[in-house]
Amino acid sequence: MTTIVLADSPWLYVGLGWGASAGALLGYAGWVVVRGRRLSRDVPPEARRWS
Amino acid sequence: MTTVTTEPTRGVDVDDAPRSTGSPATRALGAVVLALVGLLVLLGLVTSPAERVQGEAVRLFYVHVPTSTVMFLAVGVAALGSIVVLWKGSVFWDLVAAASAEIAVVLTGLSLVTGMLWGRPTWGVYWVWDARLTSTALLFILLLGYQAVRALPADRTTRARRCAVAALITSLNVPIVHYSVDWWRSLHQPATISTLDPKIDDAMLVAFAVGMATYLLGYLWLLIHRFRVGWLEEQVADLGLGDALAERRAEGLADAGGAP
Amino acid sequence: MLADAALVAGKDLRLEARSRVLLNQVAPFSILVLVLFAFALDVEGDTLEVATPGLYWVTVLLSALLAVQRSSAVEAADSNHDALRLAGLDPAGIFLGKAAAVAVQLLVLEVLLLGGVALLYGTEVTGVALLVATAVLATTGVAAAGTLYGVLAAGLRVRETLLPLLLLPVVAPVLIAATSAFELALGGRSGEGWAWCGLLGVFALVYTAFGVLAFGALLEES
Repeated sequence: MTTIVLADSPWLYVGLGWGASAGALLGYAGWVVVRGRRLSRDVPPEARRWS
Repeated sequence: MTTVTTEPTRGVDVDDAPRSTGSPATRALGAVVLALVGLLVLLGLVTSPAERVQGEAVRLFYVHVPTSTVMFLAVGVAALGSIVVLWKGSVFWDLVAAASAEIAVVLTGLSLVTGMLWGRPTWGVYWVWDARLTSTALLFILLLGYQAVRALPADRTTRARRCAVAALITSLNVPIVHYSVDWWRSLHQPATISTLDPKIDDAMLVAFAVGMATYLLGYLWLLIHRFRVGWLEEQVADLGLGDALAERRAEGLADAGGAP
Repeated sequence: MLADAALVAGKDLRLEARSRVLLNQVAPFSILVLVLFAFALDVEGDTLEVATPGLYWVTVLLSALLAVQRSSAVEAADSNHDALRLAGLDPAGIFLGKAAAVAVQLLVLEVLLLGGVALLYGTEVTGVALLVATAVLATTGVAAAGTLYGVLAAGLRVRETLLPLLLLPVVAPVLIAATSAFELALGGRSGEGWAWCGLLGVFALVYTAFGVLAFGALLEES
């Protein structure tokens, strides 16, 4: 019967909200990094001014 | 500096430079952000107390409020960059604006989701037609529109100008929508405002401050990396063009050599 | 700038007078939307009459989309934008002219639609002064924002799908304000409705000013 208790609990919404935030932000950050790595392969190192 | 090379150095590891958008500075920044995330989880979910009026739901505020604040910052940066683009035609600011607008899409979506998840236990409903929710929803749609404009096939200058206009209209529209919805609702019923107890606990203030710091620095980290991705995309586009030109030139030479 | 605007507006209106696209296609479409609303909602009782202001302005916005598409499509063909620029016309003038032509066409449509709701929905038309002021200001704002986005999307293969996505969220405040003003005017409480006209005026002013400033940048390359 834990599900019913959880459904009434604000902790469910807190968990969902924090989970969604963590998932979306980490997922997005990961996607940015992956895109960067993929593109870096096609660009000569001297054009990557930050490295 | 950024000369287009047609030598076969591409794809070949000529030095041990990191093949990513990372740099020592962003790695340090990333470490700080991760540490702050850990601290925020500890403070927001464990040590801070439940609030008197909202109860445990106040914990959503520690992510919702920073998300919304940094969302406005991201839209503001995109608008600022767009002004510079229209004024001076800057490529740098075009990329900054595009990076910031893309991050703003994520933040706006999260702001809506966390806001609705906070509204359900607090108001009993996910959605109310109040000014903040409604203007955020329209902002989300407008930012998706910006992404659609960004994806249109066009040369660099045209794209920069189109995007700049779209970003400026987006940011112009937010206060107008906010004001008109506020007014519209206030005629029908008093605005639904549920605020925090004015005598806010110190532990809550600390959790808020840590949340703000985490999101601000996290935004900065994302902005730098996303900017570099955009910059690399430009380089790749240039290289593609350079390669195509070199190929044509080689073909032309071969033809000239082959025909006596 | 104003002379150029008059020239462009005259050109667009003459084009409409000869092609009658708005009259023969958009106007019947907007009446059709009114009929569809009647099918969707309860025709018994006074639902339609109560909902008239909102239905009216939603219909106007949908028709405005078509009018803006038409207005930018006539320029996109054969890259007329370049021709207008090469003719030495001020970009701000081109913007004002095109927006004015769209606004005039929409106003004609709105008069027609008002007759439509009076006939079909049995709405009693009162508070004419407020109705007219609301219509003029709202239409100016919609035409300005629409013209700006119209040129942005002009000549693109995706313009039919892109324009609604861009324009409708922007004109949402117009829908709110114009609907509220119409509700008050038709409800016989015109006095309270003028504040909404103020909001519509601000909207029209903001987008007209922004269009005058930004239109040149959009025209130059597209």
